[in-house]
Amino acid sequence: MGKAEDAIAEHIPRLRRYARALTGDVSRADDLVQDTLERALTKFGLWRRGSDLRAWLFTIMHHVHVNQGLRHGRLSWQAVEEVDWDAPVPAQQERALEMRDLERALARLPVEYREVLLLVALEGLRYEDVARAVGVPVGTVMSRLARGREKLRRLLDGEAAPVLRRVK
Amino acid sequence: MTMSEVTEQELHAYVDGALGPDRRRAVQAYLAAHPDAAAKVAAWQRQKQALHALFDPVLDEPVPDRLRRLARTRRPWRHAAMAGWLAVGLVAGWLARGAATPPERMMSLAREAAVAHVVYSPEVLHPVEVSADQQEHLVKWLSKRLGARLKVPDLTAAGYQLVGGRLLPAEQGAAAQFMYQDAGGRRLTLYVRAQGADGGDTAFRYERSQGVGVFYWVDGAFGYALSGEADRSRLLEVAKRIYQQIG
Repeated sequence: MGKAEDAIAEHIPRLRRYARALTGDVSRADDLVQDTLERALTKFGLWRRGSDLRAWLFTIMHHVHVNQGLRHGRLSWQAVEEVDWDAPVPAQQERALEMRDLERALARLPVEYREVLLLVALEGLRYEDVARAVGVPVGTVMSRLARGREKLRRLLDGEAAPVLRRVK
Repeated sequence: MTMSEVTEQELHAYVDGALGPDRRRAVQAYLAAHPDAAAKVAAWQRQKQALHALFDPVLDEPVPDRLRRLARTRRPWRHAAMAGWLAVGLVAGWLARGAATPPERMMSLAREAAVAHVVYSPEVLHPVEVSADQQEHLVKWLSKRLGARLKVPDLTAAGYQLVGGRLLPAEQGAAAQFMYQDAGGRRLTLYVRAQGADGGDTAFRYERSQGVGVFYWVDGAFGYALSGEADRSRLLEVAKRIYQQIG
């Protein structure tokens, strides 16, 4: 059993990184990690030895996150649909569309896209593992990834500010 | 294969390093000929770098205590304690092998209680089956299973609140475990089981092994055992309260 704690503890920094990116909030992220660890420790017997422990932990985190969202009413089910949120950007900040904006843009991404994008682009999970973690087919992972990336690109590359272009 | 066969999915797979060498080369050729696609791919790659730049520092943050504590529960110790108590049971059984004397049955009471304590008291998510807020139901249920009206001692005056209880298998029949917790989260468990016809009242006995102390006694048809990591005098104080309330 000591092995379970050690094996899981090794992944805490990465669980925290992902949770931080997903929630955009330090304490909410650590709450998510804590609930995930508790669940993982009680369910460790269900983990298939030899399979990717990290992918399994992200699967648990996904479920915990969905449950927390339901509990706190934070999850918007309409988010599965395309929701346009492109906002005009002040001209002098156009170039500074960097870190802070990335954070803000992430926060505005529907949670389903954000999850998939982060698991792939930040955590480097394989598409099949993401599909398993989130509980959707690989095809859905691909379409969420494509939409998530395009939405982010529109903002980060300044294409989200067509209004400004016209003004210039 | 022609370059136009490259799909949007493959562009993503290219960014994510998920293509084999052949398809990777095909995508590279495609991108060289399609600036729009190349711009998209470059943007996605920048996103990736930006995400790492933004969130990788989290990896170097010290892990908060509350998370580290969780991953380092006292489980290794838990196993040592369980092994210790099982060994006590074996030795007692061996000593008593000549004559089936009451102490053997007494010892099994202490051992079962200690093992149950060691297993359940560190539990974070499911320390009990029925929690204290359903105390009436808890008492009814466990009384029914043990075949006698149980009383749940109130240990508030000693600084312990009832967490709840659970049903457990005992050497003969069922046992009930009630869990209590003080303000600091330190737990005590009271283990109750039918002691059989050869019961009778006994004095308090005390055993300690691997950091877990147990006070146990027989009162009428029931055996009681109070287990905890608290020191002897503290456990004795609580055991006396329990004895007074139940008797």
